[in-house]
Amino acid sequence: MIPQFIGRNVYDLDDYSREEIMYILEATKGMKEINTREYKKIPTLRGKTVCTLFVENSTRTRMSFELAASRLSADVVSFQASVSALQKGESLQDTVYTLNAMGIDLYCIRHSSPGSPQLVHKYSQKPVINGGDGRHAHPTQALLDIYSIWEKLGDLKGLKITIVGDILHSRVVRSNLIGMEKLGAKVTVCGPKTLMPGNMESVYGCKVEYDLGRALSGADVVMGLRMQLERMSEGLFPSLEEYSKHYVLSKDTLRHAKPNALIMHPGPMNRGVEILPEIADNTNSVIVEQVSNGVAVRMALMFLILGGKA
Amino acid sequence: MKTIIRNGRIYLDGKLVKQEMLIDGKKIAMIAEKITEKADKIIDAQGAAVFPGFIDLHAHLRDPGQTYKEDIVSGTKSAAKGGFTAVCAMPNTEPVTDNIASVEYIQLRAKEHGSARVYVIGALTKQSKGEEISEMATMKSGGIVAVSDDGKCVQNARLMLSCLRYAANFDIPVIVHPEDYALAGKGQIHAGKVATRIGLSGIPGLAEELMISRDIMLAESAGAKLHIAHISTARSLELVRQAKERGLLVTCEVTPHHLVLTEEACATFDTNTKMKPPLRSEKDRLACVKALKEGLIDAIATDHAPHADFEKEREFDHAPFGIIGFETAFAVLYEQLVLTKQISLDTLVDNLSIKPAKILNLPGGALKKGAFADFTIIDLKESTTFNKEEILSKSKNTPWLDATVKSRVKFTFMNGKITYQDK
Repeated sequence: MIPQFIGRNVYDLDDYSREEIMYILEATKGMKEINTREYKKIPTLRGKTVCTLFVENSTRTRMSFELAASRLSADVVSFQASVSALQKGESLQDTVYTLNAMGIDLYCIRHSSPGSPQLVHKYSQKPVINGGDGRHAHPTQALLDIYSIWEKLGDLKGLKITIVGDILHSRVVRSNLIGMEKLGAKVTVCGPKTLMPGNMESVYGCKVEYDLGRALSGADVVMGLRMQLERMSEGLFPSLEEYSKHYVLSKDTLRHAKPNALIMHPGPMNRGVEILPEIADNTNSVIVEQVSNGVAVRMALMFLILGGKA
Repeated sequence: MKTIIRNGRIYLDGKLVKQEMLIDGKKIAMIAEKITEKADKIIDAQGAAVFPGFIDLHAHLRDPGQTYKEDIVSGTKSAAKGGFTAVCAMPNTEPVTDNIASVEYIQLRAKEHGSARVYVIGALTKQSKGEEISEMATMKSGGIVAVSDDGKCVQNARLMLSCLRYAANFDIPVIVHPEDYALAGKGQIHAGKVATRIGLSGIPGLAEELMISRDIMLAESAGAKLHIAHISTARSLELVRQAKERGLLVTCEVTPHHLVLTEEACATFDTNTKMKPPLRSEKDRLACVKALKEGLIDAIATDHAPHADFEKEREFDHAPFGIIGFETAFAVLYEQLVLTKQISLDTLVDNLSIKPAKILNLPGGALKKGAFADFTIIDLKESTTFNKEEILSKSKNTPWLDATVKSRVKFTFMNGKITYQDK
């Protein structure tokens, strides 16, 4: 049976079955081919309008969504606001009512508040792709990560994937845990205890390690996460130096992993803090390719949701 | 004016008994098997239960200052619809109820236009700023029943000790909403499994428990009467148990929502599941039910906290904390705890009437000759739907919006007069 995607929301990956995720990966493969052409455009979403509604700064993800929509020939409009502006002025509800009145067919939203994509759908009654809502979810990032692994290593079943860094504040980790687990991977998360949420094992069925060596032991895939300076002032860790000493991805620490372990990072990277250039730039790194795959994954989702013609 | 309640089952000493009740003026004149006396009015209860009017120790009537959310008229109408005949109004009004004039305003409005008795709780500190002790003795002479800064929990232990000693001096009970602000941080829901999963920041049980430990120790040192509002964790209950075992003057209340809902309710991002303290784990909820059954918990209080639609209808972490509670309290607990045999009907009724009355030494709470005719007639076989048209509170922020539950309030009487009548 062919999965049905038309009109569906992408809040997170828990709404999608293994088969549906595989179907999205196949569709992504096709889109990736388009992106290698000289004229990177197909007419499939001509006449449709996609709105990127970004209430939290993110140039990269927004560009990725906008490029994806443009390459499918949709019209793209962009609404950017800071949370403080939305707080003082028009509410999210009124903003969506206003945008909707202009005839939007699909929303791609980034917001600092978990659950905001659901609100945008409630107010617009149009499909919504979550481009990151607070610490909650970032399903398109998880899909592009999963795609990047699948493309290089094939079936994820039985692969050991280790994610290292600030797990507490990471929506990327949460969505990846759901998606990777559905595809049968064994995920280990690693970071200092102050940056690790409670109940990870029982909520996600993943493994938790506080020691990097143990976490990386036998890993097929290693993903680093961005460490943010502000966590210091929040009293969660003492210094970048000390963090780096215990959790940096380097040639030395990666000797615990499998010899050709795939190296990933959702970006932007802090070279020298969570990852050393010797790892970020080595031949097993797919960090740059993840970005290209991001455009393709987003194209695939828009195509499927808006019912584009192949 | 004489009224007879016929064909009802009257709640006497924990049991529903087929009796008739005669009301003469403001008071209950007689409860007997058959009343032959002539009356001006006969109410046919049609087999429904007649309970003492419910008494709520914890409500926000928003008047003065935020009357778009609620006012004394709408708030007490909503209370009467839920079977309440008396509510205690928290002082977080605008301006804060921290002076005798503000106390008198609420009393006067309630007396002239209210559908329930309103007891005023004065602020613990001036403007509830946590800096200076309020004029609580003056407010007591004006009739306040307790002092509290409720949601503005005094963080400074030295000032809190001073407030407790001063309150003890004038024999004024102190109600606390225990919360350590540093630990609660920007938390939105309970720091548990759901917070981990949906990425909302968490309020750990520790934020409540640490403050309860502090306040129990301070109250012991001050010799003050301490009442802990809306207790929500198993560990908090353990602390209260220890305090009681040591003979301290400590009591506590629980809300209906902490007895029937858990953090799981927040997974849908419904802002009507956002309140303080947050909905906790199933383990905590079960501990609250057990403590209610055992009598460790001293009362059920609603924490009725109205907020307008436009305030709740927004991103989860920008929505205000709190839900309304008068109209749902009895019905939800009756359906979800009594009908499922987790607690008995008398446990529910006593914790809504005689037990809260005892904590703050309020009149009422039992049906007997000579008592004020404050009671409610509830048909336990009918049902109620909490939709926006039916809810009498100005605000509709309840997690049970559009839910249908067993039982229906038919009449509520206060001082012998009808304050609510089902259509």
